[in-house]
Amino acid sequence: MTPRVARLRKETLDTRPWLSAERANLLTEFYRTAPAASVPVTRALAFKYLLEHKTIYIGDEELVVGERGPSPKGTPTYPELCCHTTTDLDVLDSREKISFAVSPETRQAYAERVIPFWQGRSMRDALFAEMSDDWKAAYEAGVFTEFMEQRAPGHTVLGDVIYRKGFLDLQRDIEAALAALDPLSDPEAYDKGQQLRAMHIAADAIIGFARRHAELARSLAAKEADRDRQAELQRIAEICAHVPAYPPRTFHEAIQAYWFVHLGVITELNTWDSFNPGHLDQHLQPFYARDRAAGILAEDQARELLQCLWIKFNNQPAPPKVGVTARESGTYTDFANINNGGLTRTGEDAVCDLTYVILDVIDEMRLLQPSSNIQLSKKNPDRFLKRACEIVRKGWGQPSIFNADLVVEELVRQGKRLEDAREGGTSGCVETGAFGREAYILTGYFNLPKVLELALNDGRDPRTGRQIGIRTGKPGSFESFDAVFAAFTRQLQHLLELKMRASNVIERLYATRMPAPFLSLLVDDCIARGRDYNAGGARYNTTYLMPVGVGTVSDSLSAIKHHVFDDRAVTMGELVGALGADFDGRETLRQMLWHRTPRYGNDDERADAILRDVCGALFGVVDGRPNAKGGQWHVNYLSTTCHVYFGAMTGATPDGRRAGEPVSDGISPVQGTDRGGPTAVLRSAAKMDHARTGGTLLNLKFAPDVLEGQEGIDRLAHLVRAYFKLDGHHVQFNVVTADTLRAAQAEPEKYRDLIVRVAGYSDYFCDLTKALQDEIIARTEHRAL
Amino acid sequence: MTGTIFRVARASVHDGPGLRTTIFLKGCPLRCQWCHSPESQQPRPQLAVHDERCLVCGTCLPGCEHGAIEEEEKGYHTDFGRCRACGACVARCPSGARELVGRVVGVDELLKEIERDVVFFDESGGGVTFSGGEPLMQPAFLEAMLTTCRARGLHTAVDTCGMAEPATFARVAPLADLFLFDVKVIDDRWHRHVTGASNHAILANLRWLCAEHRRVRVRFPLVPGLTDVGGNVERVGQLLASLGVQDLDLLPYHRAGLAKYDRLGFATAPTTLPVPSAADVDRAAQVLRDFGLAVQVGG
Repeated sequence: MTPRVARLRKETLDTRPWLSAERANLLTEFYRTAPAASVPVTRALAFKYLLEHKTIYIGDEELVVGERGPSPKGTPTYPELCCHTTTDLDVLDSREKISFAVSPETRQAYAERVIPFWQGRSMRDALFAEMSDDWKAAYEAGVFTEFMEQRAPGHTVLGDVIYRKGFLDLQRDIEAALAALDPLSDPEAYDKGQQLRAMHIAADAIIGFARRHAELARSLAAKEADRDRQAELQRIAEICAHVPAYPPRTFHEAIQAYWFVHLGVITELNTWDSFNPGHLDQHLQPFYARDRAAGILAEDQARELLQCLWIKFNNQPAPPKVGVTARESGTYTDFANINNGGLTRTGEDAVCDLTYVILDVIDEMRLLQPSSNIQLSKKNPDRFLKRACEIVRKGWGQPSIFNADLVVEELVRQGKRLEDAREGGTSGCVETGAFGREAYILTGYFNLPKVLELALNDGRDPRTGRQIGIRTGKPGSFESFDAVFAAFTRQLQHLLELKMRASNVIERLYATRMPAPFLSLLVDDCIARGRDYNAGGARYNTTYLMPVGVGTVSDSLSAIKHHVFDDRAVTMGELVGALGADFDGRETLRQMLWHRTPRYGNDDERADAILRDVCGALFGVVDGRPNAKGGQWHVNYLSTTCHVYFGAMTGATPDGRRAGEPVSDGISPVQGTDRGGPTAVLRSAAKMDHARTGGTLLNLKFAPDVLEGQEGIDRLAHLVRAYFKLDGHHVQFNVVTADTLRAAQAEPEKYRDLIVRVAGYSDYFCDLTKALQDEIIARTEHRAL
Repeated sequence: MTGTIFRVARASVHDGPGLRTTIFLKGCPLRCQWCHSPESQQPRPQLAVHDERCLVCGTCLPGCEHGAIEEEEKGYHTDFGRCRACGACVARCPSGARELVGRVVGVDELLKEIERDVVFFDESGGGVTFSGGEPLMQPAFLEAMLTTCRARGLHTAVDTCGMAEPATFARVAPLADLFLFDVKVIDDRWHRHVTGASNHAILANLRWLCAEHRRVRVRFPLVPGLTDVGGNVERVGQLLASLGVQDLDLLPYHRAGLAKYDRLGFATAPTTLPVPSAADVDRAAQVLRDFGLAVQVGG
């Protein structure tokens, strides 16, 4: 690490995230005097206004420039989507975890200008106003969450367009599309024209934004006493004058072009999962190779530039979340997830020289953001996998490992062209998408154990006494396991459809009220179709539903089958009574359920078959249903921190879990119940049909001592390759001891740097809630390996 | 054809190459003073009681037809002498405090369990290891398992204390791709003292095995005062060098197995045995390396 990078890294680690009212102020100013124009054009003009007026920041020693806020960790708000109250600001400032400093000026700006203007006008207000009472009841009961209530759809990844074309080129494409419009043959021509004009304005905005950086760099250079820094600033000025208006010519320009585009996307809206460069190694390799051959770039310089980019990612915390959203996704990380390796569009091994440089950067930087992963194809060399395993072994949770061949299979099954599928990969936590061509929107988590709880209570939520589900019979009336399962699947279908029906409405709200003209420039075929990203402009449009607690619900159903109907050790009525009392006075029963239930994660067909049936029922209801963007619904299995929230909302479960405890995460087994070692977990997990998902998340935790030496690396590599042979989608290794984690819990100040894998991402252990910390400690340590 | 096993360890990495499934067969002819798997000694299934898991709920009481569970002031006392290991209390126990160690399995059933991890064997160059106890205590079952595994193309290893009829040994040996062979003490009198049996058959089997050029990896437990005493380490090195053995796992004694003695109803446990220091381990490893052995500590 160069001294420059070390200093910038220290700065990003030491700076506390703070709330900036600048964006909210500018946006309010703009809308107070907004010209009468169509919605897309107005949104584009708002975007342009923001980029013309926001503070431009170039920090000391920086090589890659541009901040979303006025300076690093300055985090803007998006009142047009979610207008925070002054109470929200107090909570954000004072809460123990994931807090943001709120200055008196920001509070004042909110009280005097932002809140009076946006209250009642935000997307959040519009969204809740459209939701049915049934939906609200289920939402409040913790049956599902709603991703769009505070943040905009995003969930997409850049392809290679910005490395081939400048925004001036894109404007020429837009002009051609506009010229081809004829209302006589296309009755949507007016709408398309407005969308295209909006995109044109957004392209102007980003070019202007880069040029403001060029001007600032030039003026800083004029005042700079240090010759070397002066030359750097002059080079920055040249680069910012060139990209992203024109396509990049050098490695440095390519990185800066991406960063401007990234800032554009996350300034336009607070898109979920921010934005993502996707296959960074593949995209940058041609620039790297050319600059190296021309003798204008040393490997060390390339590494330093990448490290400067890494710091930029880490400078942008996820926009502040409150309420349920904060509970389902309690983290500063904003889920940009760099893909490495995998396949080329033509199906060849995509691992290149730069892949290894990027792996070095990941290893050395150890930052929360960006996340990183390797896409491992059977065609990729073991050297690549083992280099990644060396980093994994260090135990801070990156990179995660994905099965590139299965990702292709998933995408092709969903109907994507083969080449587009190969250019796909993983974003966010574990989500599969066709980079540069797909909007794959995550709509919210779905609480499977809660659905079973409702099925066991005739649709009534025992926590509140409210009727949430449909009436599927009193538990005493179930005379067979099949009857229980039938009640479960009826509740499941009802509640899934409640969620999907609402999401299809919400998609239209965004399509009509909150277009994203800048993001639309970056995703094929928005320009060609004259259609916004949020309105189905992308070539592929997927809507994902994310079931949570599949391990808990499978084990719970297994417990009912095994103890109530097979062994007849307890009656249905007795069991439901004990659950209602949270096992008070029934500890013996609870122990039996916990210890003597055939459980998922142990390669035990009795439990694994139930998991398959649960997944099958879900798939049957969700997969292939039409969304509101001309695409389809699919399922993927991840949970971020939502398994803790859902656990808090769910009473005791038949697998012996007490009320309020977390449910299982991703497709991982229930915490601490996988006793057959890692191969048994992997075999169990592989029994669900991953090819019919858009991603699954499996956590395995190892103590570091079991992974020592070259043999330890080999073992990890063998486990991964074997799991992928079984068509597993993803596996993540947590490499820490429970003792270390307990020590960190006791003395957090000594363990601030401790990063652990939470679910599909890593986080600082000390930033996690006590409940989540406990849950991570409880995950089984596979000492056998 | 059935055998009695007490554990199937998947993803095991210390019993031969790659990721392996290790099958622990029950029954051992030796009674080594440092034994860390006392549950392996008896050939038949037996009861283990984990007191720390007991809820004192009384569910087990009516299950015992042999009067082996007695109520005490705080919890229950198990009279292991009366226990017939019928498993009735185990089936009733809600918390897993009562456990039956050992089960009888058929060849096909066990093969199915082993083959679950074939994809991991293939990927890692692993396979199946038969350990114990002493697997050669159940020679017919071992032979049948090895033959079946061989026929399925699985890599096979046998982890043995070496104590078996030479004829039995010669029949089974060709079916294993690798032997993990324990050598403890060279002096026969001392061997009888610390393991309860002579080492004549053991060393004869080792000599025969090495002469037949079967792949042999020797395992030597380092126990201060028992195997690390009076030049024994040197004599082990000398013998192995003369037999052409190349690989040796040096296994420093540890106390992880001590808790098991209580659970199984042993009257006494080797609670006073010292654990070797790092210096002890280094010195022994050096002695053995000086005989040209490739020594791996911990194996």
